Amino acid sequence: MNTVIPDRIKIAYRYPARAVGAAGALLMLVSIFLPWAYGTAALDDMSYYGAPSPLQLCFGVLALTVLALLTIPLVGKQRLGKWAKVLAWNTTAKTASITALITAAIAVTSVAVELGGLLNVEIGGWLVIFGGVAAVASTLFLPDSPEPSLDEVKSPKWLQILAIVVLMAVALFAAAFALGQVDAGAFLTFGSFLVAVVMVLRQFGVFGWLGMAAAANNRVLVISAFVVAFLFPFTQNGSNANMSIAAQVLIFAATALGLNIVVGLVGLLDLGYIAFLGAGAFTAAVLSESAYSHFNFHPPFIVTVLISGLVASLLGLIIGAPTLRVSGDYLAIVTLAFGEIFRITMNNLDGNDGPDITNGSNGIPDIPDLNAFGFNFGQPHVILGIDIGRFANYYWLMLLVIALIIVVFTNLNHSRIGRGWVAIREDELAAEAMGVNTFALKLLAFAGGAFLAGVAGAVKAHHDVSVTPDQFIFLESAFLLAAVVLGGMGTVMGVLIGATILKLLPEKLRFFSDYRLLLFGLLMVVMMRFRPEGIVADERRQLEFHAEDEELAEEVEEELITHKAHLNPEREVFEL
Amino acid sequence: MLEIKDMVVAYGRVNAVKGISFEVKQGQIVTLLGTNGAGKSTTLRAISGLLKLASGEIWFEGERLDGLPAHKIVERGIAQSPEGRRLFRQMSVEDNLKLGAFSRKDTSGIRAEMDRIYDLFPVLGERRSEAAGLFSGGEQQMLAIGRAMMSRPKLLMLDEPSMGLSPIMTQTIMRTISELQADGVTILLVEQNAQAALSLADRGYVLEVGHIMFSDSGQALLGDDRVRKAYLGAD
Repeated sequence: MNTVIPDRIKIAYRYPARAVGAAGALLMLVSIFLPWAYGTAALDDMSYYGAPSPLQLCFGVLALTVLALLTIPLVGKQRLGKWAKVLAWNTTAKTASITALITAAIAVTSVAVELGGLLNVEIGGWLVIFGGVAAVASTLFLPDSPEPSLDEVKSPKWLQILAIVVLMAVALFAAAFALGQVDAGAFLTFGSFLVAVVMVLRQFGVFGWLGMAAAANNRVLVISAFVVAFLFPFTQNGSNANMSIAAQVLIFAATALGLNIVVGLVGLLDLGYIAFLGAGAFTAAVLSESAYSHFNFHPPFIVTVLISGLVASLLGLIIGAPTLRVSGDYLAIVTLAFGEIFRITMNNLDGNDGPDITNGSNGIPDIPDLNAFGFNFGQPHVILGIDIGRFANYYWLMLLVIALIIVVFTNLNHSRIGRGWVAIREDELAAEAMGVNTFALKLLAFAGGAFLAGVAGAVKAHHDVSVTPDQFIFLESAFLLAAVVLGGMGTVMGVLIGATILKLLPEKLRFFSDYRLLLFGLLMVVMMRFRPEGIVADERRQLEFHAEDEELAEEVEEELITHKAHLNPEREVFEL
Repeated sequence: MLEIKDMVVAYGRVNAVKGISFEVKQGQIVTLLGTNGAGKSTTLRAISGLLKLASGEIWFEGERLDGLPAHKIVERGIAQSPEGRRLFRQMSVEDNLKLGAFSRKDTSGIRAEMDRIYDLFPVLGERRSEAAGLFSGGEQQMLAIGRAMMSRPKLLMLDEPSMGLSPIMTQTIMRTISELQADGVTILLVEQNAQAALSLADRGYVLEVGHIMFSDSGQALLGDDRVRKAYLGAD
């Protein structure tokens, strides 16, 4: 997109382009005071004059952003001073208008689909599209900005901490708002708005700065993230539907973090990972006080969790010991088969084809709520006047589990063992030659990851009330793997985000559940094309996916200088 | 110190090394010469425990090594800088070095070793947090040698350290190798650059298609007609 229009033309037309773009942004701004739909049923009711709905207000934010990005640079380079250089004004204006237009298109399409035809789109809907097109077209005529370098600007510590806390608070608010959207179109539109905001902040250089601030105040970041996650149930006021989704997201995320050790750190492709979650769930179900369990041993939950984890890791060892000596494709095939064998075995342990342990395809229903730490998880209660339901209890339990997992994971990742794992991923033979006991380390990763999945499974059994074999199909393994890859292999934050996206979207978009897999397929293809390292990039992996830099560095003798220049192209010569 | 007896190594049904015997004495530089496919790298990999022997024996300081897994062999004091360097390209210099010391657990000793390597190769110390893949070929070779030194080996095996390097860089690397020898490290060197290798070596073995054809002191081999013809480009 950058090269379509020659720089000469861009520089000549930059003022008219600004004017047209600003006009487009103004049109978008005006449109939110006009109705977008004839009917009230679409999105969050956009049928009023003069009273924007919350989603329309989101568009107002985007329109104002575009307007500001286009007009503020008019004061000139001198008066902007260093801010002309450290922020990417023009490129961000382009990003903002493109994402605004896409978001508008999603909103208008949703209106048309939900009300039955384009006829139902009102004047405001057309106006926002028109304004968006004008803004996009004109921003293509702006000269490109240099890469933003806000992260190099010195900032006081209080400002960094404040920014992190504000970011977390906004994230909480946005999550609560997104989950509150019952309408699929509204959810999609808001999701697209969030993506737009993130991309704009990233392009503008704010994310670079936030990343620097987050790295400098790591503890503040982690603690505030957990506080926000802990507070989340309070925003739901007893809504069981949303809290159940949230608890499921955390169970899924805990399993994905286990898989992340195997795939992300050690680089072993496991296509049957859901079996470990299943092993934990079935173990916990069998040990529970369910009337359908054939065992008369009901240990306290903390013991059940440990047994579930151990059973899962034992399975991990059984499958790993013979197969981890082969690598790559063979391992993928063996684990794929293992996942299916697990499911079919659970189906067959029904008293006819084998001993009666799982009741076959009926599974084990009626699993009672957890009763642990002197506390019944099925009991709703009221804290500070806000209803905290059954699912919120499980949510908090899983939050605790995830906190533990994260502590273990980060410590492992930076330990000798973690280094050995990454070495195996990068070059197994070299790792072996360095004295890394590759087989033992791979087995450890397999068993450790399986343990985490088993623990998550134990909670899942009680949360879901019933455990059946058909919950553990191959598709679930594929989703787990997708969460790890999409989020960013080897990172904690990325996998949490990936798991949230992959679990949340299907729940919220039941509307087109038929096309779910198609959409995920598309999403994955797009991600692999444009951001193969995932949403959050592992610092150690950056290089792997940007080989040009590497080759460049190798070819040129003075690679240090070259590489620096490559990262920061000429900052001094540029046009606003 | 190291003694190889009638070693046969096979890839599937093909014997790559067909019964060779040689010896490396304490404090020596011993070089294995030969063309591609002569079995030099196979020999080193077999000593490291990366390949299994079909038959024969490997003895190191009075202990039999063949059959031991690779990480045990590193613990015995044999380190290898493999062919093509095989650095962990996405990891920093520091992490590469720490991996070289994987078999050691004495944190302070590892730290001291690392400082020694930064002294030996200052460029590595200056850019210790940069990814290994971003370094030039010569610097990567320094890192590969440094990484192998991190386990404080008694025997260091270098597989074609001059591969792909400029003549000047090759000289620097060869000088480093003789410095390491002066420090008391025994070195088994595999090279295609026969001139450079033989001028350092106390003893050289010439391999051809899995056999040792002949051996002599480094200086004698430099003057040997057969060697000059085949490896030094003399008519």
